Amino acid sequence: MARKQQAVKTLLVTILAWIVGLMMFFPIFWTAVAALKTESDAYTLPLNWLSTPWTLENFGIVQERSNYALYIRNTVVIAFLSTLLGLCFAIPAAWSMAFAPVKESSISWSGKRWLATIFLTAFFVGLGLYALNWDLTDRAALGLGALIVTTVPLTLWVFSRNTTDALLWMLSTKMMPPAGALIPIYLIFTRNGLVFKDWGWIDLTEWNLMDSFWGMVPLMMLLNLPIIIWMLFTYFKEIPDEILEASRMDGASLWNEITKILLPMAVPGIVSTCLLNLILAWNEAFWSLNLTNRYAAPLSFMISEYSSPEGQFWAKLSAASLMAIVPILIIGWFSQRQLVRGLTFGAVK
Amino acid sequence: MATTHSQRIGRWVLAPSLAVLAGWAFVPLVIAIYFSFLRYNLQSDNTGWTGLNNFYYFFTDPYFLKNLINTVLLVSFTLITTVIGGIFLALLLDRPFWGRGIVRILMISPFFIMPTVSSLVWKNLIMHPVFGLFAAIQTYFGAQQPLDWFAAAPLIAVTIIVSWQWLPYATLILLTALQSLDEEQKDASEMDGAGPIAYLRYIVLPHLARPIAVVILIETIFLLNIFAEIKVTSAGGFAGNLTYLVFSDLNDSNDIGEAAAGGLVAVVLANLISYFLVRVVGKNLEA
Repeated sequence: MARKQQAVKTLLVTILAWIVGLMMFFPIFWTAVAALKTESDAYTLPLNWLSTPWTLENFGIVQERSNYALYIRNTVVIAFLSTLLGLCFAIPAAWSMAFAPVKESSISWSGKRWLATIFLTAFFVGLGLYALNWDLTDRAALGLGALIVTTVPLTLWVFSRNTTDALLWMLSTKMMPPAGALIPIYLIFTRNGLVFKDWGWIDLTEWNLMDSFWGMVPLMMLLNLPIIIWMLFTYFKEIPDEILEASRMDGASLWNEITKILLPMAVPGIVSTCLLNLILAWNEAFWSLNLTNRYAAPLSFMISEYSSPEGQFWAKLSAASLMAIVPILIIGWFSQRQLVRGLTFGAVK
Repeated sequence: MATTHSQRIGRWVLAPSLAVLAGWAFVPLVIAIYFSFLRYNLQSDNTGWTGLNNFYYFFTDPYFLKNLINTVLLVSFTLITTVIGGIFLALLLDRPFWGRGIVRILMISPFFIMPTVSSLVWKNLIMHPVFGLFAAIQTYFGAQQPLDWFAAAPLIAVTIIVSWQWLPYATLILLTALQSLDEEQKDASEMDGAGPIAYLRYIVLPHLARPIAVVILIETIFLLNIFAEIKVTSAGGFAGNLTYLVFSDLNDSNDIGEAAAGGLVAVVLANLISYFLVRVVGKNLEA
């Protein structure tokens, strides 16, 4: 009796869960169906896409019309390079935080110390600029000076934190809204902006970071670096200290300790970190839409081009969408269980 | 125990990450503060100091209040739907049933779709007033004039799209948290004859309190910055948020000064929220 009741319950749950699951997935399924229709069939009423003939022509048209190969190449380059670059920064950082944490701040900051640091920085900046023969009343010199004088003490403050504080501080950089950084980054990246202009002693007018990998890859790396460090940190934390300790006792150098002992043990963690970072970089839209338009534009940008009224061909839009999401969707399916850690900054395990 | 020697090395290898992140955090901020005090338009170039005028113009811009309200509505609507829906879906997925792995994958998928794709697919294929799926359903039930989502209720339309993207996130996290709930506790509550409501009220919700707080805080950070969904669906005029307002100050009116001031307002807003998030996460770090 109870057994039967249990089976009925399971059946009900199964039906309900499948209905909800299919509803959530339906827009993606619907896109896939629309991608396989001819343009005129996509606009028939009533919607009878399932009975009209199937075709693969849209995928070819997408390549022809919007040069899909270029965009996916850009996306892959940006996503993979930014992940690799991020790992180079994050692995040592996570190692240091997990295995050599600093318990206490090395400097206790007081008002006096702040003032002294700021004045000293200002003095040395002035000296340096003077030595470079800069006109110290010049606007650029003043701006650069102000930038250094504010950034250096703040950076020193960050460096002197203990490990826990440093970790939390890194996390907080992820929370800076892109709207706040949009103007500065725009001005730094663009030609004739803050950096790439004719300085007199060096002419940078031929250069700019706008719409280039040199700008997008480091930017994407910075956007995701806090998450990479956090996720690696939580994985490294699970490796017992004693193992590394033992290798150190046996006289292994730090380099060997990290590359021969730590990394092989942490491979699953590193892989899932990379996957999460790939997903985030692949789907990033704010900076891609604002800073790229042709040469280094990723798939997000290609799809946004289909929003213009003359570009509203549903079958082609759907085909392009499908081509943009399928690779990352598959990666996402494989890594979904590992994502939680990175997506909650380790707050939920 | 970590030795002093390795601590010293630790500081050095940590330095590059801290340095680039410090640069990323402070340099744009300083530049933004500087430009927020300048009368600087891309057309007329820099024309000198203007004091707090940029902030004054930003706050008195008729779009500011509207977009601020839109931001709050978008964030709160999405939070309500995703958290409540997430609890429901997590409870559902936590039960054993046939094809659990597949349903889980189906349900999680929207999270991996890039914002530009989900915006355009929803706008054109599903919410289109004539050929869209919703219109077809409405017509099937006898409506003469199906709802034109992006004309009649752009904010709700954007909210639906964003909720669809973020519901899997809440579900995934709450499900993970739920699975760490002691099986014996579940069985015991069932044995004691606790009904589903009592089970939810006394077992699930207390256990999920912290994960829910984390979901709310992290989602808020991301939802404050929703941009592509609004730009790509051209809903900016009616459903724009603060992020979009800053973008349009730069893109449409080319006003660097005002956009910088607006960006700083967004920074202050986000910092208020991240302050709480950092505290929640930090507590977990010590535990």
